[in-house]
Amino acid sequence: MDTSLIGDVRLPANRRAWWRSGVLVAAFGFGVLPAAAWSAPPNSGVPAPQIAFIDEQIEAVWNDTGLTPAAAATDGEWCRRVYLDLIGRIPTLSELQNYLKTRDRNRAARLVDRLLGDDYAAEYARHWANVWTTILIGRDTNNRLVDRNGMRRYLRDSFAANIPYDRFVEELLTATGDNADRDGVEQFNGATNFLSGKLADGALQATAKTAQIFLGLQVQCTQCHNHPFNSGVKQNQFWELNAFFRQTRGLRRFGGGRRVAWVELVDEDFAGQGGNPDEAEIYYELRNGLVKVAYPVFIDGTEISRSGLLPGQLPDGGSYGVNRRRELARLVVGSPLLPKAIVNRLWAHFFGYGFTKPIDDFGDHNRPTHPVLLEGLAERLQQYSYDLKSLMRWIVLSKPYSLSSRIEPGNEPDAPQLGEPPRFARFYPRQMQAEQLYESLLTATQADRGDEAEAARQRDRWLSQFVIAFGTDEGDDATTFNGSIPQVLMLFNGDLIKTATRLDRGGFLDKVANGPLRNREKINALYLTALARQPTARELREANQLLLARKGEAAEALQDVWWALLNSNEFILNH
Amino acid sequence: MFAHPTAQLPAAGRQRRHFLSHLAGMAALAGPAGCFTRSLLANAADLKKRHKSAILLWMGGGPSTMDIWDLKPGQATGGPFKQISTSADGIAISEHLPLTARQMHHLAIVRSMSTREADHQRGRYYMHTGFVPNPNVEHPSYGSVIAHELADAIETLEIPPFVSVGGGSVGSGFLGTAWDPFVVNADGRVRNLDMGIEPQRLAERLRMLAAVEDRFIGESRGALPGDHRKVVEKTVRLMTSSQLEAFKVAQEPAEVRERFGENNFGRGCLMARRLVEVGVPFVEVNLGGWDNHSDIFATLADRKLPELDQAMSALVADLADRGLLDDTAIIWMGEFGRTPTINGNGGRDHWARSWSVVVGGAGFKRGVVVGETSADGREVISEPYSSQDLMASVLKALGIPLETTYRAKNGRPMKIANGGRVIAELFA
Repeated sequence: MDTSLIGDVRLPANRRAWWRSGVLVAAFGFGVLPAAAWSAPPNSGVPAPQIAFIDEQIEAVWNDTGLTPAAAATDGEWCRRVYLDLIGRIPTLSELQNYLKTRDRNRAARLVDRLLGDDYAAEYARHWANVWTTILIGRDTNNRLVDRNGMRRYLRDSFAANIPYDRFVEELLTATGDNADRDGVEQFNGATNFLSGKLADGALQATAKTAQIFLGLQVQCTQCHNHPFNSGVKQNQFWELNAFFRQTRGLRRFGGGRRVAWVELVDEDFAGQGGNPDEAEIYYELRNGLVKVAYPVFIDGTEISRSGLLPGQLPDGGSYGVNRRRELARLVVGSPLLPKAIVNRLWAHFFGYGFTKPIDDFGDHNRPTHPVLLEGLAERLQQYSYDLKSLMRWIVLSKPYSLSSRIEPGNEPDAPQLGEPPRFARFYPRQMQAEQLYESLLTATQADRGDEAEAARQRDRWLSQFVIAFGTDEGDDATTFNGSIPQVLMLFNGDLIKTATRLDRGGFLDKVANGPLRNREKINALYLTALARQPTARELREANQLLLARKGEAAEALQDVWWALLNSNEFILNH
Repeated sequence: MFAHPTAQLPAAGRQRRHFLSHLAGMAALAGPAGCFTRSLLANAADLKKRHKSAILLWMGGGPSTMDIWDLKPGQATGGPFKQISTSADGIAISEHLPLTARQMHHLAIVRSMSTREADHQRGRYYMHTGFVPNPNVEHPSYGSVIAHELADAIETLEIPPFVSVGGGSVGSGFLGTAWDPFVVNADGRVRNLDMGIEPQRLAERLRMLAAVEDRFIGESRGALPGDHRKVVEKTVRLMTSSQLEAFKVAQEPAEVRERFGENNFGRGCLMARRLVEVGVPFVEVNLGGWDNHSDIFATLADRKLPELDQAMSALVADLADRGLLDDTAIIWMGEFGRTPTINGNGGRDHWARSWSVVVGGAGFKRGVVVGETSADGREVISEPYSSQDLMASVLKALGIPLETTYRAKNGRPMKIANGGRVIAELFA
């Protein structure tokens, strides 16, 4: 089949130019941006050249390093994987069965297009809102200057509307308004939560996180000194970047109470630490005690006006001042590091490893494993107007994503867990994220989610048991959801699992247990739901033992089987 | 001598024994079941067998050690705190640690720490492992190393050998998840312990689970599936252990709880003592809030130091009274110190070049100060010591051979404590 004539293959290399010329709009009826409802590419289900590009680049490294890739994953494994990674949960029994019984050589691409399309818009948005909540504000729920629900609402809306990534970043960096949707709030804007909790001590965290998350630059150490390992960023650059945030204020609003009820993020004139607003400077201290001065200069050396005043009009019609955050957003969005950082981040989301480790530390000291692929995907993403769904589509339909996670002699040397550079010659199994496990348990049990806001609060409560805060001003945190004992205890005995294994009327287990199927088929249904496969002979024997132990009460034996499946390594790993 | 918690098994304990006898009969659990039976056979004499332990008091955020252990009164950098003399001859510490001052004859201050990692994450990693962060290798932390070296000697231990109270620790790195910290809150409540089903039925479910897990492990998908199996086994041991009582700080008499302080750190220190008593080789207790970029002196004087003083002094005194101190090393440290210069917000910033840690107990020499900083506190003017030197010294104090070498997952040999030199002045 000549794929070069169909599907998004037809889009010219520079899609933006086409939009400007109106040809694309005329040809496909797209709006200016792939906004709102994401449209699957015309001829949905057909591979795209970007996918071929990924495969070529990955295969070239296999050839250079003498690796033979693992065999393809089973259809069930692949289907489970793509649900988990794209919408944050395992497929339901019927979703899996639908996929398995489809006879269509392009069914993989069709499934991906459905998961990225209208049918799953709400789940897609919820999943990526969860992922980005952790990226942008961490897991700690104790910071009163951050409203998690506000953050999540903004993110859900953004991902539901599939706004282009560059605009997303711009909105986060320039957001003003109230961070929580409370009584008394006039201008709710959930995007403000990215910065609202990071403005202490002259916005040090805002500076560090902006560089790290959006540009893949680790600058936090350079606040005090030139970094001994990273030659890329100097101390002055940290403070010059920091200067962009000095007009930003997080005003604490009490709403009549005694505790901070919400934060209003505003831009205000900045007089500068030298007292001259036209040259609004900041001071920082070298290790040897010398004090230096800094004005807003972007990391690529671009200077902006030194004025600390917000833009205004003079009586004579002239203008003065500058909005430093807007300028910063413009520079970040124009930086060549922006597309690379997001490509690396998304790649790591789907493969467990990015092209650099850590994924947000670019520089000469940390060369990417696949530089051409990283650059190439970054370029293509830009050509696609920063449409993240397109990038996701290319990645999950690529060959490396389709491989089994089994270690075989031909791919054994590909061992990033041992510190080797990842070659993606097999799928690297990994723990589900806590959010994925939570949603998967709800899926597996077909629990009623109820109201979305209440569901989110319940999930937060559940997640909070795994969060550890480190007690520093940077608000950094970690999760004990890492395969250790508390997690196993939760799956052994926690409320979620108790609910899941109950035989309540109308629940999933009840439907299977008291449905029309024969016992063997009932067990099959549990296996497919939890593990996307059929039981083995030994497993059936064990299940029969349980049936004996339960004195023939099939429903109770199914409870036991279900408990075992949900507790298994195979269930909790994304493989 | 102290009464071992199992010596007075409450009703719940008896129930657990009953449960154990069920599990012990389960062929599917041959490994752990063997351990259960062993532990049941262990008698009081065995339990009293001496074992070494260590307690790390982790001061998250980087405490200003020149306001605590190495004061510079009268200097521009010195801050407002005064010194007081202590029970150790010639050693003076901050006036805000009056209770700890009376225990200084059990402790030793190292005033010549000089490190390079002044970022929280990097400093936490470096001070916990003796290695600077490396994207390609994850190194094991103090707790994992010490648990790994000492746990085998403690056959009766049914709860995890590395307990972190309040979190903030670093994990097991290449030693594997079996040596990860078991994180509990200071209230000692271990969540999700209640099985809600008959022991017999749990045992049957575990057989089914083993069948599913074995199949997946056999499919050669790397270490994670097998690691999970190991954690499941440890979880079963924990769930069924009477040693869980050690977490229940609330069982202590009110007078004791008050002595340690009715706050998370106080409860954590008390729990550490209880855990050491049942044989846990490593306990880390987290006290955050030392990242005092602004208003440092009021924060220290009014909140942090009183909290520290009460719990730390009670812990040291309690261990000494119970005869446990000779076998229990204490380490007090954070990720770095703080700048001698007091900043414009009345705070101190991150500073790794010259700072202090405190050790005590086990094989350490007591009541001494090691090293010296310059008059303004900006330089170490004696032999400087590193994280790996401190770690080597702690291991020596516990009798762990420093020739021990691990093989990281990538096959590279790794010397325990990164080949650090023992701080000679800490040993008699």
